[in-house]
Amino acid sequence: MKILVAVKQVPDTATQVKISSDPKAIDTAGITWIVSPYDEFAIEEALRIKEKRGQGEVVAVTLGPDRAKEALRSALAMGCDRAIHVNDPALTAADTLTMARALAAVVKQEAPQLVLCGRQAIDDDAGAVGAQLAEVLGWPCASWIMEEAVDGDAKNIRVGRQVEGGLEIFDIPLPAVLSAQKGLNEPRYPTLKGIMGAKKKEIKDVKAADLGLSSTTPELTVTALEALPARPPGRIIPGEVKDAVKELVRSLREDAKAI
Amino acid sequence: MAGAIWCVVEDDRKGTPKKVMTEVLGEAARLGGPVECVWLTDKATDDGLTQLGGWGATKVWLLENAGLAPYRGETWVPPLAELAAKESPKAILAPVTSRMREFMARLAAKLGVGLSADSVGLKMDGDKLVATRPVYAGKLLSRVTWAKQPWIATLRPNVFKPAEVQAGKTAQVERVSATIPAAHMKLVERREEAATGLPELTEAEIVISGGRGMKGPENYVILEEMGSVIGAAVGASRAAVDAGWRPHRFQIGQTGRTISPKLYLGFGVSGAIQHLAGMRTSKVIVAVNKDPEAPIFKIADYGIVGDLFEVAPLLTQEFKHLLDK
Repeated sequence: MKILVAVKQVPDTATQVKISSDPKAIDTAGITWIVSPYDEFAIEEALRIKEKRGQGEVVAVTLGPDRAKEALRSALAMGCDRAIHVNDPALTAADTLTMARALAAVVKQEAPQLVLCGRQAIDDDAGAVGAQLAEVLGWPCASWIMEEAVDGDAKNIRVGRQVEGGLEIFDIPLPAVLSAQKGLNEPRYPTLKGIMGAKKKEIKDVKAADLGLSSTTPELTVTALEALPARPPGRIIPGEVKDAVKELVRSLREDAKAI
Repeated sequence: MAGAIWCVVEDDRKGTPKKVMTEVLGEAARLGGPVECVWLTDKATDDGLTQLGGWGATKVWLLENAGLAPYRGETWVPPLAELAAKESPKAILAPVTSRMREFMARLAAKLGVGLSADSVGLKMDGDKLVATRPVYAGKLLSRVTWAKQPWIATLRPNVFKPAEVQAGKTAQVERVSATIPAAHMKLVERREEAATGLPELTEAEIVISGGRGMKGPENYVILEEMGSVIGAAVGASRAAVDAGWRPHRFQIGQTGRTISPKLYLGFGVSGAIQHLAGMRTSKVIVAVNKDPEAPIFKIADYGIVGDLFEVAPLLTQEFKHLLDK
């Protein structure tokens, strides 16, 4: 069974992000880049499916500039077999739909039976690419999955998707697109052997033209990034706990009108 | 009608629109309307339809069909895309919920238009819609605009001002006879979570959160007691979830749920940047922590430096006192 995992390189969660001189972009100086955490759940699940079946291939794919190769190296170090790097300046301003179209073109070339991705990349936080990829391909999809099981002949997959108040368990014919939610698994750390081995694995570079993409014009455009409005300064309520609690409740009711 | 703003109805799966729709309808009216609803369901109640009228919808496009439950992208997207192609709305809005998040993304792909997910602001700029949405885990805001109509956006709950209820106002109901494609996805079962008796985390107007300072899973009952007094959901920080004290679904933060309640109360939460990302758009933030240097105090409106095991029970008492009056 062939599985494609879509990953994205994003700033580390603990990184402070600042707007660059170009108001549409962040200042990348000093940023630590990681594989988006939800994508690690997707990689882990793909590897587990392959290991359980005792055969198959896991291909990692990313869209991004040169530095995004590091994310692919991480995926390969975890155990993916090879990688595809869609690296084209024409895709720098890609919105979710443009990314989905580019990924769909890769999927058509690779013809996997399953595509896994994270529920959202933690930079744009849109959480749309997986669902849009499924739509472009005309495949079924399940978002925010917490569990999955592929049947013996790899024709169907049973998934549990997280919804308000519970899990909905579905049987889905393959091929399909799934997005991983936290709790699906515990991603492995790459071993030293894995890291060394990743250096020898193939990363194929691909341009928009190789994918036959006619247009890379985004449907949604970022016009500017802006800092968050500052929160008004807060107040530490001093005094004995008993008095402080009374004062807090009074403030919440009378000043903030929050209760 | 052509040029309308469509609000896709999120319901309780029993035929009643969720309250969050008042926010979507309120925003659609502020953007100038005309405000119309589209409701895909296996069963709409008359009360539900009346409610949508009272919230400002002039018309409800009703797609009522047994094949639409449970939600599946493959059954929902084609009929709505077809209707949108015929009726040419200028915008399609929906609240952020588990299914709307996926549905609106697929719909935008089908229609070949842009999607602004998890929007926290919408504004007309001349004849263009501009959306504001948090990016980089809420560390920055991004302004986005669309290349063409319909402008599709999902709206973060508890951010937009709800519509005023206009009693007696009704919406014209137009039943759409759409062909629902056969579904490939088959529902096997729905596994309900053990009911907490408290509101859903992302929908709650008040959220109480417990962090590492809770010291163990057994102590969350202190927060749940407070929750039942003030009608709050109880969540947790990543540290508490990673320690196995609470299930993942209760996690607030960058790798959990994003919340934006009217009131957030954090107990023993230090305020790691990734937690702040998930709650910093809360209207009023209260922090209780032993450590006066805890970063959460930097964004808190009210803080008490103290032992949560002393503060929380007293606070519950005080809330009870207030609400009993």
